[in-house]
Amino acid sequence: MSAITRDEVAHLARLSRLALTDEELDHFAGQLDQIIAAVARVAEVATDDIPPSSHALPLTNVFRPDEVRPGLTPQQALDQAPAVEDDRFRVPRILGEEA
Amino acid sequence: MSELIRKTAAELGRLVASGEVSAVEVTQAHLDRIAEVEPKIDAFLHVAADAALEQARAVDERRAKGERLGPLAGVPIAHKDIFTTVDMPTTAASKILEGWRPPYDATVTRRLREAGLVIVGKTNLDEFAMGSSTENSAYKPTRNPWDLTRVPGGSSGGSAAAVAAYAVPLATGTDTGGSIRQPAAVTGIVGTKPTYGGSSRYGLIAFASSLDTPGPFARNVLDAALLHEAFSGHDPLDSTSINAPVPPVVEAARQADVSGLRIGVIKEFVEGEGYQRGVLRRFTEAVELLEKLGAKTIEISCPSFAYALPAYYLIAPSECSSNLARFDAMRYGLRIGDDGTRSAEEVMALTRAAGFGPEVKRRIMLGTYALSSGYYDAYYGSAQKVRTLIARDFEAAFQQVDVLVSPTTPTTAFKLGERVDDPMAMYLADLCTIPSNLAGNAAISVPCGLAEEDNLPVGLQIIAPVLGDDRCYRVGAAVEKALEERWGGPLLKEAPSL
Repeated sequence: MSAITRDEVAHLARLSRLALTDEELDHFAGQLDQIIAAVARVAEVATDDIPPSSHALPLTNVFRPDEVRPGLTPQQALDQAPAVEDDRFRVPRILGEEA
Repeated sequence: MSELIRKTAAELGRLVASGEVSAVEVTQAHLDRIAEVEPKIDAFLHVAADAALEQARAVDERRAKGERLGPLAGVPIAHKDIFTTVDMPTTAASKILEGWRPPYDATVTRRLREAGLVIVGKTNLDEFAMGSSTENSAYKPTRNPWDLTRVPGGSSGGSAAAVAAYAVPLATGTDTGGSIRQPAAVTGIVGTKPTYGGSSRYGLIAFASSLDTPGPFARNVLDAALLHEAFSGHDPLDSTSINAPVPPVVEAARQADVSGLRIGVIKEFVEGEGYQRGVLRRFTEAVELLEKLGAKTIEISCPSFAYALPAYYLIAPSECSSNLARFDAMRYGLRIGDDGTRSAEEVMALTRAAGFGPEVKRRIMLGTYALSSGYYDAYYGSAQKVRTLIARDFEAAFQQVDVLVSPTTPTTAFKLGERVDDPMAMYLADLCTIPSNLAGNAAISVPCGLAEEDNLPVGLQIIAPVLGDDRCYRVGAAVEKALEERWGGPLLKEAPSL
């Protein structure tokens, strides 16, 4: 049995905002199936009594003084934008036509 | 060819500080060498000759004014193209960032400049540092100076190739699963993954934030220590930066003495399958050498390390799928398909499909899968538990020994194209390096000879506890000193001239 189906890969591509071609989906489905089957081994040793680690260092709530520092000017912030209008980022429509 | 390019970074720093040679002369000699070897190795994505000469002139002027220069002032360095630089493009070797000019410098970049290092350009890498061969660069593959038909390792392959080819004495890299140590090993140079949090991630384009660690490349252990010291230390702009002094790495590199040290040989990394015979032979000889130099070696078992690779290929893609969501075609970078009819979401999906390469897409989808409800506990949750087990194995080991050793990589440099469409085979290149990323401790790779099958370099990995980075340099320098006496010079003198 395969670990992941082509339909599931197509769903992952949509969630990941990747407009993949049919050819790419075919290719990735096989590879992801192989990778997922291999990495699933972690479950063999992950028993209930082991606490998970999200991080290597025991750091929590790291603060620094809330001091005002110079930020980017609007010109610097917009300098690399794909499209600009009236000192703002111009983006494609976000809401549906009916909105 | 100028003799200057054969000198160590420490020597070049001394020559510049004493005024025997100008920083401009040193920089020009390396720019000439880059022009000579770049057509063969393709290590750079951007060479900044004018900016480099300008930085060099500034160093010479500071000296002329009587300022005391630091140990690396006027020394040329190549910078991995994943650190932001205001005066050079920053691409992460991705089409999605082609031509991007960052509005700020990474902390590592800023500290290189403050140390007077001369940044000669940005080096090639696997796209967003995802890969082990530098073939995942969207722009071009880099070639191994030892054999131009082979990969230089990755992801920091451009930096490693540039140093091994004498194009620069120093380079920066980042190590998320082995991306400094593995290329250093297969190109016959020195590379360190510092303790996680010992070097700042501010301005480092994020791949897997709990693992990404900037570190140095050099042709010898002392030079690597000097660079390590130059850019490390606490950074308030990185919330995971450790607020503690930089371990005494330069002093340790000068000490170069292992007498009385207890050294553990990781059993699982010499008995497993997939290790090349010549790699294991050079490794065994290195362990014997350490004994001869006065260290005590014992075998140590770390049973959870067998699960490090699968855990890594769940944790790193999970963090990557979240980090790379920022490439949304709105504020910077590529935008595809914005014809006035398509929605932002459609433009986003078209842009990401066109701007990311296959390995990045694979990892984003793999991470999205591992974090999905219904799969989270079995995949990401289990991987996090394995991470705990690996840290416990290290903890137990370091109660018995001062450092651990293993081969850095299971094989020498493989051929270009050999593993490019076989992700699982590619991932095996990082088998021995991944545990230290998951546990956050320090590790270095130093050359320990050539494998007899292919005459290609083999790396010895030396692993130390968290904030024990100095031990890596102490042992590495002792091995280097003894081997160079045996070889009559550095391993790189065996490399073909380019």
